[in-house]
Amino acid sequence: MPKIITSNDVHLSYGSKEALHGISLDFEEHEITALIGPSGCGKSTYLRCLNRMNDLIKGVKITGSMKLEGKDIYAPGVDIVDLRKRVGMVFQQPNPFPFSVYENVAYGLRLAGEKNKHVLDERVETSLKQAAIWDEVKDHLYDNALSFSGGQQQRICVARVLAVQPEVVLLDEPTSALDPISSSKIEDTLMNIRHDYTIIIVTHNMQQASRISDKTAFLLNGDLVEFSKTEKMFIHPDDEKTSDYLNGKFG
Amino acid sequence: MNSKTSNNIATGVIYFLVACVLAILVFLLGYILITGIPHVSWHFLTSAAQSFAAGGGIRDQLFNSMYLLVLTLIISFPIALGSGIYLSEYAPENWVTGVIRTAVEVLSSLPSVVVGLFGFLLFVVNFHMGFSILAGAIALTFFNLPLLTRSIEESLQDVSQLQREAGLSLGLSRWKTITGIVLPAALPGILTGIILSAGRVFGEAAALIYTAGQSAPTVNYGDWNPMDSASFLNFMRPAETLAVHIWKVNTEGVTPDAAAISSGASAVLIVVILLFNLLARMLGRWLYKRMTATK
Repeated sequence: MPKIITSNDVHLSYGSKEALHGISLDFEEHEITALIGPSGCGKSTYLRCLNRMNDLIKGVKITGSMKLEGKDIYAPGVDIVDLRKRVGMVFQQPNPFPFSVYENVAYGLRLAGEKNKHVLDERVETSLKQAAIWDEVKDHLYDNALSFSGGQQQRICVARVLAVQPEVVLLDEPTSALDPISSSKIEDTLMNIRHDYTIIIVTHNMQQASRISDKTAFLLNGDLVEFSKTEKMFIHPDDEKTSDYLNGKFG
Repeated sequence: MNSKTSNNIATGVIYFLVACVLAILVFLLGYILITGIPHVSWHFLTSAAQSFAAGGGIRDQLFNSMYLLVLTLIISFPIALGSGIYLSEYAPENWVTGVIRTAVEVLSSLPSVVVGLFGFLLFVVNFHMGFSILAGAIALTFFNLPLLTRSIEESLQDVSQLQREAGLSLGLSRWKTITGIVLPAALPGILTGIILSAGRVFGEAAALIYTAGQSAPTVNYGDWNPMDSASFLNFMRPAETLAVHIWKVNTEGVTPDAAAISSGASAVLIVVILLFNLLARMLGRWLYKRMTATK
């Protein structure tokens, strides 16, 4: 399978503190890759490099190379807006806009210039179906998205990202603020869309990683310890630290 | 003293202090309304002021106040919106931004009579504008700008950072994220800020005495050409506002019913400002509901 994102020797520092010490990871198209590791290991930081969300934080310095389909995303002159259209993101806290469900999902498209009502209607419906939330919201499309439960809000956020049709979807601990039932619905959603999108998910939950991902990367203190097929990693990890972490000896 | 008694004492003191504030407010409002309302009549609101005879109204002053307010907002809102957006969204945290913030704060604490005299020297005298609504509106802009900028900046800042990240991560440019997501979410707060500052502008007198002037020439309310000197829309004419009228009637009024006019005008002024406040709340709530859907 072709690699859609490649990264080589990525270092990231906040001021004088280095948070990532040279991470090299490649992601294959239409696979789910999980990034696991204890809190503060740099997995979210790494994820946020992939759509340049770290640019928003002051004093961040990133070196090494990160490429999306062979093109360096940190090269001068790269259109960040375009990059973020191709690499969408779902955050830890559900963050729907304080608008209606319909507006939430249609917003990205609308602001990108899509005006045709039919196209919008259709895309909203498709996206909500892909995110496995359509049945719950179809009669409440014009209700405020904030009036739904946290799990529903999170799936609306997934639909909002899917509506702009990115190639890669980044998820930053999307279920850590949710109850188990909502979490499993989000997982269903991801399984639902796995063949159409490349998914990279940061998670605290090792079971979740083992359930849904094709490959898993284990990060520790800013280093990549191990990266392999999920099955292999969970059954025969190469590194002792991985084995210790998976067995709950630390973290 | 155990924590329960100290809690009771603290609560008692707080209630007492709140009661003091309320009592002052009720007394002031009550006094102004009770002494003023009996003098307010349709005739009072719709007839011109008299210089010497009794029975004058406040028609022109009331209109001037409104017109001045509108002009002031037209000038100050775009500037305040721009600087509010800059301070909240773009300004880097460095000494330049610090200086701008301090400048805005200092501007807001300038005594309005100083602003008035400054406006008089610069616009009325130096720029040959004469006593005019325009000079008054510009002076009031100085007065209004800091408050408005502040309230816009704060409303924008109140919008969660998560919303901005959501917008950016959808592939919206920074500008579109601000105009399409942050601004609508902040709109109710911005609107409340505008209307509250409008209330202060409406009641302002000191900054206007030397800029918009103290005379209310008779204007023709049928003349819609702002270039005509007799038109009510002409903004180069001197225009005494309601607040200035109250001050003037009290200091140099020679009409036999000066006290009644002053009381009546004060009541009208207070009522209009109260209406502004109510309107601000209603509009803010309504807009928030509109913006956040729930049809």
